[in-house]
Amino acid sequence: MKTPPVVTRAVARGFSGLAGRSGAQLLPQARLAGPMPWVIAIMVALMTVAACGGLALSNIARGTKAELAGGLTVQIVEAAPQARAAQARAAAAKLARWPGVAAVRPVPEEELNALIAPWLGEVAGDAEAIPVPALIDVRLDGRLTAERIRALRRMLAHVAPAARVDAQANWLQPVFSAIRSLQWLVLALILLLGLATSAAVWLAARTALGSNRETIEVVHHLGGTDSQIARIFQQSVAYDAALGGTAGLALGAAAVFLIAGRFAALESGMVAGGGLGWSDWLLIALIPVAGVVLAMLTARLTVLAALRRML
Amino acid sequence: MTTNQEEIVHFDNVGLRYGTGREVLSDLSFTLYPGSFYFLTGASGAGKTSLLKLLYLAQRPSRGMIRMFGTDVITVPRGRLPGFRRRLGVVFQDFRLVPHLSAFDNVALPLRVAGVAEEELRGPVADMLDWVGLTDRSDARPATLSGGEQQRVAIARAVIGRPDMLVADEPTGNVDPDMAIKLLRLFEALNRLGTTVVVATHDLHLLKKVPESLIMRLDKGRLSDPTGALRYPPRRVAAAQ
Repeated sequence: MKTPPVVTRAVARGFSGLAGRSGAQLLPQARLAGPMPWVIAIMVALMTVAACGGLALSNIARGTKAELAGGLTVQIVEAAPQARAAQARAAAAKLARWPGVAAVRPVPEEELNALIAPWLGEVAGDAEAIPVPALIDVRLDGRLTAERIRALRRMLAHVAPAARVDAQANWLQPVFSAIRSLQWLVLALILLLGLATSAAVWLAARTALGSNRETIEVVHHLGGTDSQIARIFQQSVAYDAALGGTAGLALGAAAVFLIAGRFAALESGMVAGGGLGWSDWLLIALIPVAGVVLAMLTARLTVLAALRRML
Repeated sequence: MTTNQEEIVHFDNVGLRYGTGREVLSDLSFTLYPGSFYFLTGASGAGKTSLLKLLYLAQRPSRGMIRMFGTDVITVPRGRLPGFRRRLGVVFQDFRLVPHLSAFDNVALPLRVAGVAEEELRGPVADMLDWVGLTDRSDARPATLSGGEQQRVAIARAVIGRPDMLVADEPTGNVDPDMAIKLLRLFEALNRLGTTVVVATHDLHLLKKVPESLIMRLDKGRLSDPTGALRYPPRRVAAAQ
């Protein structure tokens, strides 16, 4: 009988084994034939679309707020055209001299008529038939406070008694409020999709644990640690999640580009502010990365919890 | 607690029951010594596999104390058990080879678990496959190997890490008599290198094939000692002196 070959005592080594390929080959890999990459792809695609929507809304709100910051509209609500014009001129002149006023622009009558024409048709230009208030667009330096608006109202009351002063941002307050609600909804959607992804990974890890139970027991009896065994599953799930995440990001981004094209065709000033910047795309690119981390963490915790039941 | 540096395993009044059932092992007290060759015999259902499970740390006893390599393994934290398992080699009755790995990869598994680099393990694994006569079957999957070949892969996997103790559960149960003798010779060769060998079998003919072996007999979960295996010093050591 030959003498058995002398092998370095394995126990003297550390506990870092089964990393990389040697660990990955312990589990039969379904890869694209299995459901996991596809589930993650769908989740990431949905998260990408939701995140793009949320970021676009955020950009619209931010852009509009910046545009309207310090903006005031002075309306001269006077039925008599002559008196209305006189008060508008006096108000504009007074406003131009008022400290803190950066710009004053009386809105031309033609512009006003063009604005209301879609609703009133040809009658819109007939000042006798429908008296339209004169508008003065005012831009202030610095923050627009209630105190400054009150001071302007007091000042205008002397030269234009029919003047009404409104902060432009106030008109869009309900819109901003709705946008904020939508942003919360988007955040909730992303969180729910993250939870659903975790649940799918948890189920997949449990199934993989069940179908590879004998292999796991063998590795366990050979001195494999819980961390080593969990790492094998993590690697497998990370690969699936990376595949699915990349596919999901591509799918989601394609859908976003398609929708963005449709919105761009509207040529609406407000919608134009919803374009995504490089920082937004960077954030969106982190979605599959977050998906991979989430999937790995879920797989690790699931496997460790199951292994703790073994001696 | 006092420990005997010469002992590999020490059982003190160990009992085992599964759930709320009756005890399948009762009042086991014995010591296994380095470099000894033990046969564990007994009828089916006597508790051989349960005792082996305690020996390869797959099961905790319901009562009593087990000391292994000088450490009480009952109270040791669970995270330290892999370190003890790496000093053991186990040959399972049903082989438990990983079905989608080749014979080479199955044998290499304990070394990979221990973190041995790929370039370092290729030589020893090839030598080990040669030792068990399976060089030409190194790429074969378990499903394509015969029972005897699978058994030899399982043994090669159990001994590749040069364990301090080898535990084998009915290792000859699935092979013909010639192969059984061959496998026993493998165990003897390993034993001569200093590994303590514990072989569970119900084949009484096998016991005569290893003259220097010590026999522990289990009967309804209790140990008897026909060859003085459980005495100190064990019979073989005493005879050598």
